[in-house]
Amino acid sequence: MILNSKIPEGPLEKKWENYKKTAKLVNPANRKKLEVIVVGTGLAGSSVAASLGEMGYNVKSFCFQDSPRRAHSVAAQGGVNAAKNYKNDGDSIYRMFADTLKGGDFRAREANVYRMAECSLNLIDQAVAQGVPFGREYGGYLNNRSFGGVQVSRTFYARGQTGQQLLLGAYQALMRQVGKKSVQLFSRHEMLDLVLVDGKARGIVVRNLDTGEIERHAAHAVILATGGYGKIYYLSTLAMGCNGSAIWRAHKKGALMASPSWIQVHPTSLPQSGDYQSKLTLMSESLRNDGRIWVPLNENETRKANDIPENERDYYLERRYPAFGNLAPRDISSRAAKERIDAGFGIGPLKNAVYLDFSKAIKEQGKEKIQEKYGNLFDMYLKITGYDAYQEPMMISPSAHFSMGGLWVDYELMTTIPGLFALGEANFADHGANRLGANSLLQASVDGYFIAPYTIANYLSQEIHTGKISTDTPEFDKAESNIKQQIEDFIRINGTKTVDYFHKTLGKLLYDYCGLARNEEGLKYAIGEIKKLKQEFYRDVKVSGKGNTMNTELEKAGRVADYFEIGELMCYDALTRNESCGAHFREEFQTPDGEAVRNDAEFQFISAWAWAGENNEPELIKEPLVFEEIQPTVRSYK
Amino acid sequence: MDLHLKIWRQKDRQSEGQLVNYNLTELNPHMSFLEMLDILNEKLIVEGDEPVEFDHDCREGICGQCGMMINGIAHGPLEHTTTCQLHLRSFKDGETVLIEPFRAEAFPVKRDLKVDRSAFDRIISSGGFVSVNTGQAPDATAIAVTHQTAEEAFDSAACIGCGACVATCKNGSAALFTSAKVTHLVLLPQGKEERSHRVLNMVKQMDAEAFGHCSNTEACEVECPQGISVLNIARMNYEYNRALFFRKL
Repeated sequence: MILNSKIPEGPLEKKWENYKKTAKLVNPANRKKLEVIVVGTGLAGSSVAASLGEMGYNVKSFCFQDSPRRAHSVAAQGGVNAAKNYKNDGDSIYRMFADTLKGGDFRAREANVYRMAECSLNLIDQAVAQGVPFGREYGGYLNNRSFGGVQVSRTFYARGQTGQQLLLGAYQALMRQVGKKSVQLFSRHEMLDLVLVDGKARGIVVRNLDTGEIERHAAHAVILATGGYGKIYYLSTLAMGCNGSAIWRAHKKGALMASPSWIQVHPTSLPQSGDYQSKLTLMSESLRNDGRIWVPLNENETRKANDIPENERDYYLERRYPAFGNLAPRDISSRAAKERIDAGFGIGPLKNAVYLDFSKAIKEQGKEKIQEKYGNLFDMYLKITGYDAYQEPMMISPSAHFSMGGLWVDYELMTTIPGLFALGEANFADHGANRLGANSLLQASVDGYFIAPYTIANYLSQEIHTGKISTDTPEFDKAESNIKQQIEDFIRINGTKTVDYFHKTLGKLLYDYCGLARNEEGLKYAIGEIKKLKQEFYRDVKVSGKGNTMNTELEKAGRVADYFEIGELMCYDALTRNESCGAHFREEFQTPDGEAVRNDAEFQFISAWAWAGENNEPELIKEPLVFEEIQPTVRSYK
Repeated sequence: MDLHLKIWRQKDRQSEGQLVNYNLTELNPHMSFLEMLDILNEKLIVEGDEPVEFDHDCREGICGQCGMMINGIAHGPLEHTTTCQLHLRSFKDGETVLIEPFRAEAFPVKRDLKVDRSAFDRIISSGGFVSVNTGQAPDATAIAVTHQTAEEAFDSAACIGCGACVATCKNGSAALFTSAKVTHLVLLPQGKEERSHRVLNMVKQMDAEAFGHCSNTEACEVECPQGISVLNIARMNYEYNRALFFRKL
């Protein structure tokens, strides 16, 4: 298979404009004849469902939560990037494009990244018009701040709850369309399979999580906006329900999966405190604007943080990366923390954390100012840990966070299955091997508001003569019977171990062998262990309750079954990439002082994987990356 | 530490529910309340019982999905906290803890501790938005909003829609939730245009969903995880009366 990324002709800054000029349109009278399914109601899902609803298409919106407003975009804290240059500090679309491309270690498509930067300007306008209460200057103008990986202020924020406010804006736009009946809402529904007819995406099979009923829904196009699969590690910053099942089921139906091993480990999460723990809580990266990161200079330090004098502290980010200091990008900061923790300088009861210290900022700016900027984060820290971060430094630690990998999509955000689109974190595009802070809300939003409405219309323009699609077809029959069989199998196994046991065991394996650092031997070992664990799962898992009622354990079983296969693919992907880039740090490929060594000569491509069937090795297909505007350089933040 | 739990078990909306006793031992005080329920469920599954169904998702106090009555208090003993942010250190060793679903006519029980809060979505759908389509927005700087106004709007916009205000209200009123949205949008210039239409429709929907009336006990503010102020309700009442007055003109 040769991958066609469909990047438009013309100079970089004209590509998106040229695409929009020539994309086919659908007459408003024809739009009401066309149906579109959107799975997921986060920023990407809500925004695209609302936008398509406004345009007059018939939209069905699905989410597994009890309300679309719960989608995990709500938890993003720090901010959203836009190259508005309101600070007059030299920002521009081009500079944002360059920062993002470099941040992603030159493993993203130039055209996609440029378009994201270009659309960022409109997003701020759109959100403000919806009533998103972004931080303001006293004169009434929008305020912004700087974030990891860049040297200008381009991050717009709503206290430490930017994701919440952007999501509520999109959710309100969605609910407005629900009220107008242009969007039908199906909350507490989980997509369990994708249905193809004549090679095109034509619908989905879902389980009603309240009643256990299996339902069929048909459409002319299907959009997956389901977020990422970082919860595969069990301990992560993601919500408990986040999962990779929808994209994985689509993958098994023929959509390629790109760069699955690139999962960002966020540097500022709270450290693990015990085995009972169900998740790790993220503290916004924005804290690094004023917080200084350090560990004690002495190994096995026993003194409390405030008792350690200044000259016995190692501000290792400022030491190693003087140009960016505490604002070094996430992959660099996470690895630097791991390096100090592994070397025996970690702090906290489990020696698995580093300090994030606000004492200097409080001294210089006053407690009130810090409270205004980060008050909710300090409150959250107090609630979870019982410690007051105004009095002593926070303890932070790296944690699995955002998946840069996902379904392979072309410039139109369409997967290799015609009519199946993937938006936001569900696709692989735009971030390369590392996502810069405040770019995830941006990508999800612009995919949904400003890109997909054009590209999906271009696809739907070919569908106006298709007519209504029936769910009473052999393809839907087969998908439904497969799902019912899987549910019966889970219940019938009736083994001795819970679903969570398997999830936690898999997660630990991936953390150890396909986490912040990887090597060939470890990855091969992990593949073997995952296969064994998967066999044990199908032999010994215990799912209580019935298939035809509300049953949370059953939901989890399906997701973990998919995680085994995703985890295996992550390891294959990491194994084939003999280089270190972004979130992918192969221990064999590093400089003597521990910096990543990228290999452009051999690995300047996107790894897209095809499902080759149960128990077969996946097939690797390469999409070469061509850089016309910026030539890849060694990524240095020193 | 050890805890004795009395948990409301109810098969579905139609079935009768009852309190069931469970004992847990050797719990870590740093564990969150929901992690304690995870442990209970692991135990129940291994013993061949069905786990307790409860709603939860982000476990960071922001999604609003978790929520239950703990010893008769929405989200438990701490003020301004979601259930996921409540830790066992807030309880005494050996304590008996009563765990029930949020109760309100407009929030019917689905199973065990899960309730149906879709009435909130329908209230938003009736007018809790600014009517702007994608792609119509003017430059963001064209709409100046003072720092104080933006912050005040944010205070109201911070509502997470968890339903604790309803569950804790003796009348099952959704006045705090609805007024928070009314206030958030009316404070901002971009939300002012639809102020009358919005408040009338949202209040009408609130009544249609069988939420009770507000009788100003202010219990909602005490239990609100975000500390949303009851002053929002005063503003909603003002906006409502204002809208009625101008409608008559």
